[in-house]
Amino acid sequence: MSHHDHDHHGHHHDLPFWRKYIFSVDHKVIGVQYAVTALLFLFVGFTLMMLIRWQLAFPGQPLPGFLSTLFGDANAPGGIILPEFYNQLGAMHGTIMIFLGVVPLSVGGFGNYVLPLQIGAPDMAFPKLNMLSYWVYFIGGVIMLFSFFVTGGAAQSGWTSYAPLAVIAQQGQTFWLIGMVFLITSSLLGSINFIVTTVQLRADGLSFFRLPFFVWAQFVTSFLLLLAFPPLETAGVLQLMDRLAHTSFFMPSGLVVSGEALAISGGGNPILWQHLFWFLAHPEVYVLILPAMGIVAEVIACNTRKPIYGYKSMIYAVVFLGFMSFIVWAHHMYLVGMSTEMSAFFQVTTMIISIPSIIILTALLLSLWGGAIRFNTPMLFAIAFLPMFGIGGLTGLPLGLAASDIHLHDTYYVIGHFHYVVAPGTIFALFAGIYHWFPKVTGRKMNEILGKVHFFFSFIFMNGVFMPMFFQGLAGVSRRLWDPTQYAHGLSTQPLNVFISFSAWGLALAQIPFILNFFGSIFAGKKVDQNPWEATTLEWSAPTPPPHGNFLTPPVVYRGPYEYSVPGQKKDFWPQAMKETN
Amino acid sequence: MNNNYYGWGLPIDISTHGASVDRLIYVIHWLMLALFVGWLTYLIIVLIRFRARPGHTAAYKERHFKAPTYIEVIVALIEAALLVGFSIPAFHAYRNVVPPADQAVQVRVVAEQFAWNIHYPGADGKFGKTDPKLISRVNPIGLDPEDPAGKDDVKTVNQLHIPVGQPVIAYLSSKDVIHSFALPVMRVKQDVIPGQEVRVSFEATQTGNFEIACAQLCGLGHYRMRGFFIVDTPEVFQNWLKEKAPK
Repeated sequence: MSHHDHDHHGHHHDLPFWRKYIFSVDHKVIGVQYAVTALLFLFVGFTLMMLIRWQLAFPGQPLPGFLSTLFGDANAPGGIILPEFYNQLGAMHGTIMIFLGVVPLSVGGFGNYVLPLQIGAPDMAFPKLNMLSYWVYFIGGVIMLFSFFVTGGAAQSGWTSYAPLAVIAQQGQTFWLIGMVFLITSSLLGSINFIVTTVQLRADGLSFFRLPFFVWAQFVTSFLLLLAFPPLETAGVLQLMDRLAHTSFFMPSGLVVSGEALAISGGGNPILWQHLFWFLAHPEVYVLILPAMGIVAEVIACNTRKPIYGYKSMIYAVVFLGFMSFIVWAHHMYLVGMSTEMSAFFQVTTMIISIPSIIILTALLLSLWGGAIRFNTPMLFAIAFLPMFGIGGLTGLPLGLAASDIHLHDTYYVIGHFHYVVAPGTIFALFAGIYHWFPKVTGRKMNEILGKVHFFFSFIFMNGVFMPMFFQGLAGVSRRLWDPTQYAHGLSTQPLNVFISFSAWGLALAQIPFILNFFGSIFAGKKVDQNPWEATTLEWSAPTPPPHGNFLTPPVVYRGPYEYSVPGQKKDFWPQAMKETN
Repeated sequence: MNNNYYGWGLPIDISTHGASVDRLIYVIHWLMLALFVGWLTYLIIVLIRFRARPGHTAAYKERHFKAPTYIEVIVALIEAALLVGFSIPAFHAYRNVVPPADQAVQVRVVAEQFAWNIHYPGADGKFGKTDPKLISRVNPIGLDPEDPAGKDDVKTVNQLHIPVGQPVIAYLSSKDVIHSFALPVMRVKQDVIPGQEVRVSFEATQTGNFEIACAQLCGLGHYRMRGFFIVDTPEVFQNWLKEKAPK
């Protein structure tokens, strides 16, 4: 095995540039490709949001400066964002952030780079499939971006693309659906690869209960992707047929749009789309959050210098969470006219799924007890994840109960809730991961001072953006309004919109130290050895940066993942792959 | 429009069922606040007490304490109580408990991009037949002119009037896409699904001029799909109906 790997290692040094860095089959290169592409898409999605925030703070006012002429007369004549353009910004912000940003970064980026290293594998089980998965994702992303430039612009029926609105929408929706088919295909290829890799390629001695929690989180996430995405892919194709082949899967009879009867056969059902969509999109929420929890567990274990509290209960919780995530989807649909019985079922499952989430959060909080906590940048982001995800989880309760959902459904309360889960939640965890594993990828550390500036300002502005949304939601302000001041009940909270928008632009400024730090540290960061954080898991036993094939000799695992501060050891960390005492 | 109705918290509630919705919202928020303040206090104490410093080392096995387990069980029990004691009965009452049709004011609400067509049955208490094929600019709900039951029907656009203290049954339908019929002050929100008719009932406890909002993205004019929701005394309401009746 070892000889074999060395041969490969030697071969790949001779590969031409385009095979080594562009069409690479090395999981690390693919991981970095995913991460960089996803970070760029996060930036694009963030930019769309800043335009949305301008319109919400100053409804109908022309955009400032050069922005007023940038988007053309079709989108923003005289710099005033049209409602059509606003709806494009909203739909594409959601789509890009979820499907092109957060998931590709957390699964495609971190999963690809870290998982094989953490299980002591030379690569993913199917390297070519891995490469294909990245390029299919890339094509999906290009299609999504290209759709902004077609006549009528990008998709504008929300990231949820509810029929019939999406079916009768302009051609941007067709591009959205085709783009989604590519993105879903990419995720399916990736998830199969992760599952097989985790099952087949673990190092000797690395039993399932010695896996780092990050690997468990990715493993469960892969099952969610594998099982939840096919229904959406099917639904996407059906909606594409409704649009292009004039079928009526989601179109009822007797529709009259703008005074004209639609020439369709009818007989379909718009609710069917919602069921198929949310059957994916609820597990998708856990796809967004589980890898983040995995990253936070790694960073916390390393920087408290002690084992994770309740490691096994966390694993049982994450498996149970994955299972339950398949039977809560219709809590997004309490108000479609659902019966008491059906809503009761989904309320019960929704309350049940909150329990494993609380177990994981509690275990992470308790892991801090008794530690010797190092406040480096990755740890600050990981610590901040805990209360932020806590707010996101708690505010899910009034939405998960159908009676309180009557008032809060489709208001800004929902936006505040899921952004607390995904933005100050998942994205903070992803930042923690970037600062934590950057030294492994590049051999250099990121700057701590810039990192802390990035953290503190991001923390303040994130809360400035999302906390006021709960008050808007309680006041009853609906989502997706081009101009909320049209309503008397939107007028009273309009000052909050101005506050949120300035916080959002402040949040953008707070990313400047990160961008400088990220690129600057590649060339000028402090050089480090293979285990700068003195961590225990296998990736830190590989050379830095790891060569093709990862380990010089196949590692053998002797103990669990978080053996920190073991009594009787000279050092406060005992790597998994170390046979002797430390 | 009175701005005292709306602030940074819940809007005023003028419905008979709204108190149960609001009570649940308040109870959950107190629970959330208690849990969050607890977590945060714990977090701050831990971060100070267990910070890395010379002379302090981490404990491999920390002192075991049982409190979190008890807290988790208590939280689960509270969730179960909220579900069984508050949410399921309140949602059941909202969805399924319908006043007898002969004692209620009945009204059809037909949503379209981007307006609310309101249709009252008129003096005979019967809605005239409608057919999507008959929809035109002058007949936005497709009312059948041949049907005698429809002769006295009252039709308005974006003007929903109801009497105070009397149950109302609204039959919601849509001509084109999904809308959501929201009356924030009534704690009423109901998706309006094309191809289906969904029923929602409510009763107002005070008069005033309020709003209908669309809560589901329905196209470029979603933001201006605003209607007027006017609660009058029964006399004023009846006079208004008479005034609007076809002559």
